[in-house]
Amino acid sequence: MSEFVFLFRSTAEQQQGAMGTPERAREAMAAWMAWMRELEAGGHLKNPGNPLATTGKVVGGKGALVTDGPYAEAKDLVLGFMVVEARDESEAVELAKRCPMVIGGALVEVRPVQKLQF
Amino acid sequence: MDGPFDVREIDEHLFRRESAQLVAALTRIFGVHNLPLAEDVVQESLCRALEVWKQRGLPDNPAAWLMSSAKNRAIDVLRRERTARTFAPELGRLLDTEWTLAPAIDEAFEPGTIRDEQLRMMFSCCHPRLPEVAQLALILNILCGFGVGEIASALLTGEAAVEKRISRGKATLASAKTLFDLKASDFEQRLETVRRALYLLFNEGYHGASPESPVRAELCGEALRLTILLRDYPAAATPTTHALGALMCLHAGRLPARIDSAGELSAFLDQDRSLWDARLIGEGLELLERSARGVDVSEYHIEAAIAAVHACARSIEETDWREIVSLYDRLMTLAPSPVIALNRAIAIGQLEGPGRGIRELRAIDDVERFANYPFYPAALAEFELRRGHLSVAFEHFQSALGLARSDAERRFLLKRAQRCTA
Repeated sequence: MSEFVFLFRSTAEQQQGAMGTPERAREAMAAWMAWMRELEAGGHLKNPGNPLATTGKVVGGKGALVTDGPYAEAKDLVLGFMVVEARDESEAVELAKRCPMVIGGALVEVRPVQKLQF
Repeated sequence: MDGPFDVREIDEHLFRRESAQLVAALTRIFGVHNLPLAEDVVQESLCRALEVWKQRGLPDNPAAWLMSSAKNRAIDVLRRERTARTFAPELGRLLDTEWTLAPAIDEAFEPGTIRDEQLRMMFSCCHPRLPEVAQLALILNILCGFGVGEIASALLTGEAAVEKRISRGKATLASAKTLFDLKASDFEQRLETVRRALYLLFNEGYHGASPESPVRAELCGEALRLTILLRDYPAAATPTTHALGALMCLHAGRLPARIDSAGELSAFLDQDRSLWDARLIGEGLELLERSARGVDVSEYHIEAAIAAVHACARSIEETDWREIVSLYDRLMTLAPSPVIALNRAIAIGQLEGPGRGIRELRAIDDVERFANYPFYPAALAEFELRRGHLSVAFEHFQSALGLARSDAERRFLLKRAQRCTA
């Protein structure tokens, strides 16, 4: 089994579409919970992660500059993360396909955790 | 509503009933092993509510306010303690992450979820290893929100005994790790135990209703409410459950006439039937009809049928006593007990005269079981009085008085006894 980080990415418009009304937000929440329950039942939920607020800072660049983040120009934001356990990348991808956010038009970046060798 | 308000304006049932529902929801989140935590959170919410409402006035929707407060407290507890404690195993990791923490809590507080959790809690409280009195105490405490003092007065036992029963009962609940699974294979069996507990609860309220013990009158309402909870769950809505509901409605419909205008217990024979609650009786008759669909005939069916004969009669004289005797005969083959034999003997006396009634009373097996029951000597007294044996009747009334279990009963029996010297 290997670990993969899921980074959930969406644009402001997609978010509005998915969660814009109380009814849709409720449905989205219910679908999300169902998906997480599925992952847990399958033994895939290594770390459920957390949603991330859309505010924050970006630190770095020349001279430890601090700018308002996440990225003002980027079209999509990382909305949250999760760590998933799967046999291999293709299984991880299959799991990500069932994510309600993906079904709703957002992106899931599937990144294998790099096992550093010495 | 602005400005300070009087605590007494809150419907006295509000806190009690709301707190029971909130405990059910929180138990779903925290797990039954954390029942004390659930109760603490609810208590704190109620205290906070009183403080805030005293200053700002009663909110438009007090129940919603309480629920919101309980939810927020629950979230705080979970965030603070999630590494230190385990919560409901059924929720798994949903409480470990902000992705699903608030939604999981929302779900637990939905009306349908609360209903299911209360049902599961009721089934859990009726654990076969717990004695019936303990089952009742748990139901009254957890599902109805009554305190130890109120329960002690309702069940005519001491507070220390109630305290012990409740804490042992809760330990039994906690050791089961989860609440009763309604899909379990012993559902039918447990349902019978639940019905029996609700039946006993109703009887405590019905026979105990008196001005001195207002709590007891509420027991009937609680038993009715919990039976409705049963009936709303399809797998529990069997004809026998409907029969139980029928008998409760029919008896409860007669309650308003049980206390006379002076606030004293009045004899069934003398009750003003115009005071009967026609709506409840109508509901009871409808439930009785529904309970007749199917092959089961339980003791509840027959008791309900007897209550229906009374409910449909305009007076004692116009009552179909023959039918009642025949129903009691059936009840005696199904679920014999001294009290049922007593009621049957009284019915026979109504049908065939006091001499016959007395012979039946004397013929009851296990008369020793009446050693503490005032209504056996009282029945003998009534029949002796009816056939003119005043001094014998008086002696029987004296025996009954000696066994009276409350001041209201004492006063009632004294009043009946006075007719011997008239």
